[in-house]
Amino acid sequence: MSLALYPPVNQPGIKAQIRGIRENIIRAASVAGEGHIASAFSILDILYVLYYGILRNDPQQPQDPQRDRFVLSKGHASLGIYGILAERGFFPKEELNTFASSSGRLGGHPDSRKVPGVEASTGSLGHGMPMAAGMALGLKIKTSASRVVCIVGDGECNEGSIWEAALLAAHHKLGNFTCIVDYNHSGDRALMLGDLCAKFRSFGWETTEVDGHDHEKLEAVLTPHGGDVPRAIIAHTIKGHGCKDMEHNPAWHHKAPKADELEALLAQLT
Amino acid sequence: MRKQFVTTTERLLDEDERVVVLLGDIGVFAFRNAFKKHPQRIINIGILEQATVSVAAGLAKEGFVPLFHSIAPFVVERAFEQIKVDFGYQSLGGNFVSVGGSYDYAALGCSHHCPGDVSLMQAVPGVEIIVPGHPAELDALMSQTYASGHPTYYRLSERSNRSAQTVTFGKAQVIHSGKGPTVVTVGPFLDRVVEALAGTDATILYYTTITPFDAATLQQHAADGRILCVEPFYEGTLAASVTQALRGKRIALSSMGVPRQFLTSYGNADFHDRACGLLAPDIRARYDELLHV
Repeated sequence: MSLALYPPVNQPGIKAQIRGIRENIIRAASVAGEGHIASAFSILDILYVLYYGILRNDPQQPQDPQRDRFVLSKGHASLGIYGILAERGFFPKEELNTFASSSGRLGGHPDSRKVPGVEASTGSLGHGMPMAAGMALGLKIKTSASRVVCIVGDGECNEGSIWEAALLAAHHKLGNFTCIVDYNHSGDRALMLGDLCAKFRSFGWETTEVDGHDHEKLEAVLTPHGGDVPRAIIAHTIKGHGCKDMEHNPAWHHKAPKADELEALLAQLT
Repeated sequence: MRKQFVTTTERLLDEDERVVVLLGDIGVFAFRNAFKKHPQRIINIGILEQATVSVAAGLAKEGFVPLFHSIAPFVVERAFEQIKVDFGYQSLGGNFVSVGGSYDYAALGCSHHCPGDVSLMQAVPGVEIIVPGHPAELDALMSQTYASGHPTYYRLSERSNRSAQTVTFGKAQVIHSGKGPTVVTVGPFLDRVVEALAGTDATILYYTTITPFDAATLQQHAADGRILCVEPFYEGTLAASVTQALRGKRIALSSMGVPRQFLTSYGNADFHDRACGLLAPDIRARYDELLHV
């Protein structure tokens, strides 16, 4: 099992690598004419730190029982997880260009029955986090050393099932469970969530806030620390991060670049 | 039947370390021995059905065989999308055991009535639906299916038939083979159907597995072409399975079950049977109607 193969911080070439992943994502969405690119960019740095520095997993043995589990509860950001999984070698990068095609296995929402490295089929918001909690409960019963990490969106935190899962994880002392909130504030136009740290803390969780694009800080807060209290990491993120025109721009929530937009967007990528 | 459910579940907990029971804050006292014996694998999870079904799916992903027990509207209707996506779409195995189907909890009013549970569950591809008519049938069917790898719905009834049939998952029983119309009935309605049709030459088929529907037995025993379904849930729930089984044949289908309307009275299940026209004389009258078709 490969454990933290590539420490994500302070390593030369990382910026270029992430820029390359962003390009792969934009190109995949462009070919498909479909995709939630900005949502994927919002969590890309978190995913990078998880898959290159934190999670114990092996692309050659994606079902290794000793692996750590990751659940993308906000499944519409599937391009983000596909970009990272391809980069890590769970499947060939060329496959990204089959995204959302009739013959492909990379759908608009990730499918655990099809894609190596995808632990849960998500899409309906509010399902992934309680599934991840169930996995953490199962691992605890089995006295496994593996942990479970999930990412939920801030809009997804409107769902009651998120808070049901929060209650359960604290009650059952799931110290092997971490929930990262991608707090890019895109849900504010509907419901203001306010202080998410305070909310999770009131449910019995340990909480930490972090800049969701700062690798060093992300690595610090995502490193396992033991204990029997679940952890919520409120990651302050920018939707569309790394592509100026997409940042904080609701027009890009669910939109694929047209041919005449593609080069301009690629030129902006950082 | 509830007592049998506890006995069978306790046995499965003893025999199979993969079994994890999640109680929706009901039946907790009845399971007190299991709580002592298997404190890690039986949990009073609380009253949060949506997360519970998803948590159960997470347990299934980790190799466990989850069993969730609550009242029918909360198991099926409250958490339907979780059953559909987390279990159905992901092809995970798990058990959903309800009480209070149709109007077993008549006095508690419409929020606790649930005649639509079986119709809803039929809409999830891959789901198995079991409606036993006797505690011994529940024991046999749960033992055969609890680890089938499919989501399996067990509908426990407050009322049972006087004696058990020898039941096999996926198979209907031929209670009587006659030359008249074929009567298809389910679980706790068998006794009243047999009583209603005494002295007739009806063929009586008894189903405890609703899905997958045993089409072969119906095909072999429906030569008459006149079919009466007597259902303990919404009327017409079996219609699609029956017509599909007999496609291409000329049939006359009559369905009787819980009418598709809110039943706003309280009382008890016997009262509602009477009000819904589901007693033996009503069944006989509907059968006699078919004789003139």
